[in-house]
Amino acid sequence: MNNKISVSCTKKNLKQIRDFVTEYLAGYKLTDIQMNQIVLAVDEICANLIIHANSEDPSKNISLSITEKAGMLKFEIVDNGVAFRRSEYKEPNIEEHIRVGKKGGVGIALVNRIMDRVEFESNARQNTCFLYKKIK
Amino acid sequence: MKITNQIKDTTIIITLDGELDASSSVMLDEALSDPEIMTYSKILVDCNDLNYISSAGLGVFISHLQRFEDAQIKLIFYNMQDKVRNVFEILGLDLLMTIVSDYEEAMTIADE
Repeated sequence: MNNKISVSCTKKNLKQIRDFVTEYLAGYKLTDIQMNQIVLAVDEICANLIIHANSEDPSKNISLSITEKAGMLKFEIVDNGVAFRRSEYKEPNIEEHIRVGKKGGVGIALVNRIMDRVEFESNARQNTCFLYKKIK
Repeated sequence: MKITNQIKDTTIIITLDGELDASSSVMLDEALSDPEIMTYSKILVDCNDLNYISSAGLGVFISHLQRFEDAQIKLIFYNMQDKVRNVFEILGLDLLMTIVSDYEEAMTIADE
């Protein structure tokens, strides 16, 4: 089964990434809600990388690969943009977002709540985000 | 993403058809930023054909909610698919926004 996709950094390509994840997961017995949550978590990370880390520069790429071992799904998302600084991340206060009319900043909260484990790694060459989700 | 509007007296019904992601949510933001929308007393959002919503789509609603509340405009979602409602629930937005089962219920709430 094809388990890897690479797309250029434009928001229009998010649909392609979601379709790829959906197709990969079709073989697993997931409920609609489980499937949607996993697709969403991957979409959120990719959207952040495309928009924030790579400033929607279509000459840049992100790649995603999916593997499954003993009921654990592993998503590996690689890019060469600005690294995510987890130490600077703060959980959003949604009521405050509503009060001030803030548009962004809830994507990573969704990812953290959906996935079992979220890791970020950076070296001089590239950044990698690992997402893990137990499905069995 | 297709967004269509229908006007019924002082109510505007916004029908969302497709997927609301970081790319398509710009369209929704433009629709909700239209000054004309502030002339209605109720905004009903028909989510029957909304198949997907990401944080960008949620963010558009989050960013307009207070403005609508301040103007005493009711924002009510209805016909929402379970998987879409689940995304609102993960962030607790189902408790901060009005989501009802169908059009009749939405109209009843809107008339209160």
